[in-house]
Amino acid sequence: MAEKINNKSVLLNPFSKNNPVVVQVLGICSVLAVTAKLEPAIVMGISVIAVLAFSNVIISLIRNTIPTNIRIIVQLVVVAGLVVIVDQLLKAYAYDVSKQLSVFIGLIITNCILMGRLEAFAMGNKPWPAFLDGIGNGIGYSIILVIVGFFRELLGSGTLLGIQVVPDSFYEAGYVNNGLMILPPMALIVVACIIWVQRARNKDLQED
Amino acid sequence: MENLNLFIRSIFIDNMIFAYFLGMCSFLAVSKNVKTAFGLGVAVTFMLVITLPINFLLENYVLKAGALVWLGPDYADIDLSFLSLIMFIAVIASMTQLVEMAVEKFSPALYSSLGIFLPLIAVNCAILGGSLFMQQREFGNVWTATCAGAGWGLGWLLAIVAIAAIRERIAEYSNIPKPLRGTGITFIITALMGIAFMSFLGIKL
Repeated sequence: MAEKINNKSVLLNPFSKNNPVVVQVLGICSVLAVTAKLEPAIVMGISVIAVLAFSNVIISLIRNTIPTNIRIIVQLVVVAGLVVIVDQLLKAYAYDVSKQLSVFIGLIITNCILMGRLEAFAMGNKPWPAFLDGIGNGIGYSIILVIVGFFRELLGSGTLLGIQVVPDSFYEAGYVNNGLMILPPMALIVVACIIWVQRARNKDLQED
Repeated sequence: MENLNLFIRSIFIDNMIFAYFLGMCSFLAVSKNVKTAFGLGVAVTFMLVITLPINFLLENYVLKAGALVWLGPDYADIDLSFLSLIMFIAVIASMTQLVEMAVEKFSPALYSSLGIFLPLIAVNCAILGGSLFMQQREFGNVWTATCAGAGWGLGWLLAIVAIAAIRERIAEYSNIPKPLRGTGITFIITALMGIAFMSFLGIKL
């Protein structure tokens, strides 16, 4: 890119206009898998922000020395190393959550957001914008995770962060939790609704 | 016979997309027309068929607890399974790079239409997921692993071609609310198909 990159837009665009989940369509698998409850969704979001920011910086620092033909392997090794660190940290300081997330921390390696951003941004930009890009995309991803997790836990289990929020009198009056919300397909529908709302407000994102 | 059962099971009941929701990113992005979708499906199937046996051998002769015993009795209590994630992804990444170079050379048209999603096959969760399931289920031998890989790959191919066909029709004939066009409606179709595929769960093979 020849013109000077605007740091602020690099950081803020992924929040909504260029959101990694609903606009770039990256990292859907984990959105489906970890959002049945709100708490793992938040932890997952934070882990992804950390891994994405640091892997972006590292790849951006060594971008000129990576031969194009083996770039995927180099990127994956960097990401895998960082994911192992996050995994160990979670096991040490947040053991319960780490057990809940189980394989999905490992699957951060195959989260397409990471590869997508490394390929599309970090390979062609300086470390500081790459860091901001990582933080921005990580936060954009977490926002979606939290929204989806919020609705699925509220409607599916009647709780938020494990605390019951639907009052008992509702259940006595015949209210039943919607078990369908716990199933993965419903996460897709919630994401579709987010896309609907967002594109209704941003006309220029609409596809023909 | 058992392998045939496993093969069919992997296509329909354990379908990567509709039962496990793995490999969604490329599934959603490259399903705009049937031809490209078919190309990517074949690439994914190919990758699964290659990487699953390799990772199976790696798992059973290098990584598992006591797997190194063929080197001599001293190695019997070495357990390298904590390395399995990194080893699997390394195998997958290097195979992907090979496939990418081959496709670029022999079919530039397919290469340009697949775009960024060819390198993304390496991080297609379906492929790493396949290896992790293989580890979890402790398949008996290489053939079983290969059959499961072929089944999962074909299941993925089936799913992406089906969704691409539906999207082609929908773009032509139906009047979807503007903000929902493209990505939004695809999410909803996938969710509905996922619910439909849940009915296969009752079948025992």
